[in-house]
Amino acid sequence: MRNMINDISSNKRDVIAQKWKNELSTLKNLCISSKITPDMFEQLNEEFLDMMIRYINQNDIEKDQTLHRFFDKVLQLNMPLKFLTQGLQTFRRVILDVLLQEDVKKEKAIDIYQHVDRLIDPLLNEVVEESSLFWEKTVSAQKTALMELSAPVIPVLENITVMPLIGTIDTERAKLIMENLLDGVIKNRSLVVLIDITGVPVVDTMVAHHIIQAADAVRLLGATCILVGIRPEIAQTIISLGIDLSYFPTKSTLLKGIEHALEITNQQLLKK
Amino acid sequence: MSIQSCVEVRNEWDIVSARQLGRNMAKELGFGTVDQARITTAISELARNIYLYAGHGKVCIEAVEEMGKKGLKIIATDKGPGIRDIRKVMEDGYTTSGGLGAGLPGVKRLMDEFSIDSSVNVGTEIIATKWIR
Ligand SMILES: Nc1ncnc2c1ncn2[C@@H]1O[C@H](COP(=O)(O)OP(=O)(O)OP(=O)(O)O)[C@@H](O)[C@H]1O
Ligand SMILES: [Mg+2]
Repeated sequence: MRNMINDISSNKRDVIAQKWKNELSTLKNLCISSKITPDMFEQLNEEFLDMMIRYINQNDIEKDQTLHRFFDKVLQLNMPLKFLTQGLQTFRRVILDVLLQEDVKKEKAIDIYQHVDRLIDPLLNEVVEESSLFWEKTVSAQKTALMELSAPVIPVLENITVMPLIGTIDTERAKLIMENLLDGVIKNRSLVVLIDITGVPVVDTMVAHHIIQAADAVRLLGATCILVGIRPEIAQTIISLGIDLSYFPTKSTLLKGIEHALEITNQQLLKK
Repeated sequence: MSIQSCVEVRNEWDIVSARQLGRNMAKELGFGTVDQARITTAISELARNIYLYAGHGKVCIEAVEEMGKKGLKIIATDKGPGIRDIRKVMEDGYTTSGGLGAGLPGVKRLMDEFSIDSSVNVGTEIIATKWIR
């Protein structure tokens, strides 16, 4: 059986290549959505076919990870998974086509089917698994990046730190704000931290409560918290809600906040 | 006939969706920036109360017109535990969750009209309206 597949696939390499290319040309528009040039697509296709023929010819390229590396490369190029799955399915069809063109008996035909399935199925599984692993990694990396962005602590001047907040604050982010703020105060030996809420779309009681708690905690560490970037409409809603922000300084802009922070820390910016 | 859109509230992201819906509708109706912020904040309070105390419910936003006045109505309903003492929850600083206890009295001040209908073990309906000046 093996011999037969070997012989046929190496003898009829051209026929196989021709059929494969015809079938896969429909996938060409896939390169429009990814950043692949038609030339690169041809090249990938060529490489794919070459590897499949080697694979089926028992050159055992499984062991040296060649196929694995190729799948990985295709995914890194942001090619759709369809390129690989459809490629494998097409290869199966083409190979069967070629093998069954000879006059074969029924039992033999079933044998051929089963053998080809055993060769191709594990590859399909691997491709799907690798692709989902690839996306899991991407999503988790983005999550980390988002977390890092969500409550940054920036030391701007000696003993003065700024935390600019942009976007909606939910419970998870509020926790992060508190942690990063306290870590930042200690690490940067801050005497003043400015929380800038210019980019926070809604300041409701929950957000206000978290800010008050954060400011209290900062005070316990011996530093002062200044709330800046309060837009006029936010100021009005805070007053309607009846929230008292008078236990810590508030300023309309970051600049005014920094001026106040310089005063507190006995510093001055000098013009040259 | 009035136009009404609703958002189911089950998690924190639904609160953001409800707010977004209210802000867009307020903008379309011609409310100014300050009133848009008031309406959005009121929705945030009511939706968060549903999420915290009832677990599940919905917030509907409706464009209303009455005697030549145009406005926006927020209807927040849930089938949660209900409120035993309505007078108490309308006091500034009353909270059962360690919050500021400013939500409900705050919504009343942010909006022009406000009503609560609640029965223990049945649920709560809060309706608040803001008129365009
Ligand atoms: N939909 C509801 N169902 C049941 N109980 C509610 C509901 N909404 C509010 N309550 C009760 O009313 C109390 C006061 O609500 P209110 O929103 O004024 O303050 P809070 O949620 O405790 O704090 P915050 O200032 O963060 O809003 C709540 O603590 C809760 O016990
Ligand atoms: Mg509340």
